[in-house]
Amino acid sequence: MAGRIPLILLACGSFNPITHQHMRLFELARDHMHQTGLYQVVGGIVSPVSDGYAKQGLVSSKHRLAMARLGLQSSDWVAVDEWESQQADWTETVVTMRSPSHSGLGHLLREEMTRSSLAETKHRYHYNRAAEKRWPSTKDTPLDRPSASGPSQLKLLCGADFLETFKVPGLWRAEHIEEVVGHFGLVCVSRSGLQLEQAIHESDLLYKHRHNIFLVHEWIRNEISATEVRRALRRGLSVKYLVPDSVIRYITEHNLYTQDSELKNKGAKLRPLTKQTVLD
Amino acid sequence: MTPQEKTKVVLLACGSFNPITNMHLRMFELARDHLEDTGRYQVVRGIISPVGDAYKKKGLIEACHRVEMARLSTENSSWITVDDWESQQAEWVETAKVVRHHYTELILAEKNHDQVDTVKPVKRRRLEEIEDVCQSSSADHNRSDAPELKLLCGADLVESFDRPNLWKPEDIVEIVGRYGLVCITRSNSDAEKFIYQSDVLHKYRKNIHLVKEWVTNDVSATHIRRALRRGQSVRYLLPDCVVDYIQDQRLYSAESEEKNTDVILAPLQRYTKNTD
Repeated sequence: MAGRIPLILLACGSFNPITHQHMRLFELARDHMHQTGLYQVVGGIVSPVSDGYAKQGLVSSKHRLAMARLGLQSSDWVAVDEWESQQADWTETVVTMRSPSHSGLGHLLREEMTRSSLAETKHRYHYNRAAEKRWPSTKDTPLDRPSASGPSQLKLLCGADFLETFKVPGLWRAEHIEEVVGHFGLVCVSRSGLQLEQAIHESDLLYKHRHNIFLVHEWIRNEISATEVRRALRRGLSVKYLVPDSVIRYITEHNLYTQDSELKNKGAKLRPLTKQTVLD
Repeated sequence: MTPQEKTKVVLLACGSFNPITNMHLRMFELARDHLEDTGRYQVVRGIISPVGDAYKKKGLIEACHRVEMARLSTENSSWITVDDWESQQAEWVETAKVVRHHYTELILAEKNHDQVDTVKPVKRRRLEEIEDVCQSSSADHNRSDAPELKLLCGADLVESFDRPNLWKPEDIVEIVGRYGLVCITRSNSDAEKFIYQSDVLHKYRKNIHLVKEWVTNDVSATHIRRALRRGQSVRYLLPDCVVDYIQDQRLYSAESEEKNTDVILAPLQRYTKNTD
């Protein structure tokens, strides 16, 4: 794998709560990027949005962070970064991408992980375990092995609906889209590749940067969403096997998703809509 | 209804479980929520019964591994268990017989005033004794406090009922008429129409509980085996402990997928012979 570009995948979102599907996106994206022959995925970052985002039903970032950490405890390469969630106000995705903790250098990222004790211990421990365990056919993913060289790239990992948000008036500033897609790049997982290709075709900006948009086809339909998980929880239905057991225990202990919690921010305008209107 | 008045139900799922996936486990959760929501049932136990190797399905790996993976994945469940009786039989066993076997065990346990969840393996002699009793009349079945046993399945099982030489008609009548089905269906599925169009299923429609799965989840064991053969990640599609087991034991390769290629499925072999 010498000569490959080290790559870090960053996923932004509510993670309200984190589900198996969120974690699945990382696995699909990593496999895909390795198959290009160009990249070596050296890490994944989950960055829960700040409470300032004002989305309906968004529970406190303290809980969303804790759940994401629990859920990712068993992952040997994806960790949680709290920088975005700790900002008092909502921050544009592009600002999160520029933030020092993910500023494109693999060693910086790893130092960052060292500071968050969980990430680093598990990083080392699981890496060694994983390295021993891997099948002969796929011994291609060592995290710290200096096989990939040069500065790391950072790309935004997203689901199919993400490209659609570019079209929502007032949600994105054009120069931010330009920077996210043009400078960083997207890894976009979708059930229907066609839908994504069409979205790219229909946007001049996306078309211009089409070579920086990696489409990952998800062959199995999986509609697990945090919205569905919250709905089931409000109704007292089981969410086992949709969400890690540790996260379910946390939700139960803190009685997180109820009729009341779903009313949070009801009627409030999404922060990007108000923030960027003021700027314009 | 007090919990005492509710009908106790044990859910039995038969299949290859090659390997077990989160979707299989999800079916149990969906079925339990649905039955308990009716207010009439209390689901006391779930049983996973992997099919024996003699089923001869393409790519079917050894039962010991399939049973072990199912065991590992139910370690964190308070109510789902794995039973290896079916998988240990030298010959393929008709699903109706598997259902009967488990029902007999439940009746035995009830007679012994055991808790349902502490069902123990019993001696063959006594088992056969009780089996006669069970088969004699279904009135006993209604009177007793013994739990009902229902077969948990996906819509594909119901739809396989009319495939030639796969099922004996009297087995379908026994499974659906005497025990009952809990069938998980997609929100866009035609299971209701299928039941309507089948005289036997229509006759016993009250014994068929359709559970709508609103959140589509297409995780199939076939997909998982394919991904594994190609060296792709299957994490979060099945429990971590099963992923680890598969890696440790190096299960599912291009070679294992070739198993039973060109071999006729046991039920087809058996019934085709009989009708010819």
